[in-house]
Amino acid sequence: MPGPLAGFFEQMGRFIQMMGRVFAWTPRPPYDWRELFRQMVKVGVNSTPVVLLTAMFTGMVLALQTFSVLSRFNAESFVGSLVALSMVRELSSVLSGLIVAGRAGSAMGAELGTMRVTEQIDALEVMATDPVHYLVVPRVWATTIMLPLLVALGNGVGIFGGYLVSVVLMGANPVSYVNRTFQFMQLNDLLSGLVKAAVFGFLLAVIGCQQGFYTTGGAEGVGRSTTAAVVVASIAILISDFFLTRLLF
Amino acid sequence: MTEPSSKTDTVKIRIRDLRKSFGPKVVLDGVNVDIVPAESLVVIGGSGTGKSVLLKHIIGLLRPDSGTVVVDGTAVETLGNREITEFRRKFGMAFQEGALFDSMTIWQNVAFPLQRLTKMSRGEIDDRVEECLGMVRLEGVSEKLPSQLSGGMRRRVGFARAVAHQPEILLFDEPTTGLDPITTALIDEVILDLSDRLKTTTITITHDMESAFRIGDRIAMLNRGKIIAEAPPEEFKRLDDPRVQQFIHGRAEGPLSEETPARGPSDSRDDLGEKTGESGIPSRS
Ligand SMILES: Nc1ncnc2c1ncn2[C@@H]1O[C@H](COP(=O)(O)OP(=O)(O)OP(=O)(O)O)[C@@H](O)[C@H]1O
Ligand SMILES: [Mg+2]
Repeated sequence: MPGPLAGFFEQMGRFIQMMGRVFAWTPRPPYDWRELFRQMVKVGVNSTPVVLLTAMFTGMVLALQTFSVLSRFNAESFVGSLVALSMVRELSSVLSGLIVAGRAGSAMGAELGTMRVTEQIDALEVMATDPVHYLVVPRVWATTIMLPLLVALGNGVGIFGGYLVSVVLMGANPVSYVNRTFQFMQLNDLLSGLVKAAVFGFLLAVIGCQQGFYTTGGAEGVGRSTTAAVVVASIAILISDFFLTRLLF
Repeated sequence: MTEPSSKTDTVKIRIRDLRKSFGPKVVLDGVNVDIVPAESLVVIGGSGTGKSVLLKHIIGLLRPDSGTVVVDGTAVETLGNREITEFRRKFGMAFQEGALFDSMTIWQNVAFPLQRLTKMSRGEIDDRVEECLGMVRLEGVSEKLPSQLSGGMRRRVGFARAVAHQPEILLFDEPTTGLDPITTALIDEVILDLSDRLKTTTITITHDMESAFRIGDRIAMLNRGKIIAEAPPEEFKRLDDPRVQQFIHGRAEGPLSEETPARGPSDSRDDLGEKTGESGIPSRS
């Protein structure tokens, strides 16, 4: 079998296996709430600043762009709606997903990879502790919970960024801008973005952990796993985004 | 737990015709060895001969290509994911490189098996952790992280972690490598005490021949994927297999040095055929 294809199927197989083990172990005690919380804090602390910065500037750029395009149709008044809908439905979740993949996902690849090559994962198994239960389950659910929260924050900040640009820079009327922002927004828009975020969080954590878990080849191998954690997760996010958007409208 | 009742029960660990290759590299090529309860077996052999690989098969971290490892009547390789977790409760293992959890303090490392494998209260765990760290002469380090300790100290923490929950079977992968002679003697004492007083079955890998003769009820030498000699210490010293003699006396010249350079699997097979005659191990055709 050609190398890249075999590699793809091997990765896919491991991904599905890892996902299966996460689901199988999740309901089993002991429940490690402290570890879950610790991982949530870690994801939050790692990623919040970058997510907010990105959301802010994305909102601002969106306002600039849509203003310049919409003014050609004399439709500047819809800038608020466009910025808000784009952020909430699409950009906030995808960009945050990519950022968290780069920060938290890579950290998981590196951390579990190091534990693998230094035999800490073997040591866990020896002490009758399933490493997926102990290491992967809390990381996966922590990211699945945290990413929608980050995205919700990003939504707010992005919309605020758009507001700043429109009102301060472009001289839009603050009251009508705010009105426009929420005029066409439905609960479904908000929810679809958050559901996507949860899926992205789940995917990137399973992929990050899986890459680390199957590390071979010492320090160099850990480097490879860390890179693969980000690359594979980013691709998975972009591809699943398309299908999720299709599914959730 | 239960007293040995029949003849078969008097073997704690039975390894039969264990084979393992990594890719083209044959590491274990038909290992046979029995270990009785409360015995202390020492495994010696050149670097890279597969001693660590052998230990990992006993505890089910690696699966054999063929052959079997039977512990207390259970064939390890047949156990599923969840059964093996239960099965491993009776084991403690100290890894060659320590394998300490580097995100946890020393206290948390040693307490880990106690929290996971016993029903001890926090106070009992505290006492036991103190006791185990004291056993290997490590006091006042419990709040430190593994990265703040020296290599020898980490190795001793790994040892303390392995023995903490008083398992029936202990596997030590080079517990004293890199330790000073006094600390080595101390660890040897602990191993002796474990098998004498607590009737623990221990398998120790070591390169230190002095240690090997001190702690071993029996010494087995692994070479080219097979156990080429096994005997109680006094007898082992007198074995006239030139490979054993070369190893015991640490001579650079001898049959072991002639075969050490890594060669292809076909080469090594020829080599084995020539050498095995005298130690009574049938050569493969
Ligand atoms: N997971 C693995 N994948 C591939 N090869 C391996 C693996 N584990 C061990 N090996 C190979 O098996 C051989 C035996 O390794 P092992 O670690 O058992 O040696 P050892 O006898 O413990 O040596 P040392 O005394 O240096 O610790 C080595 O050649 C090693 O390269
Ligand atoms: Mg070894």
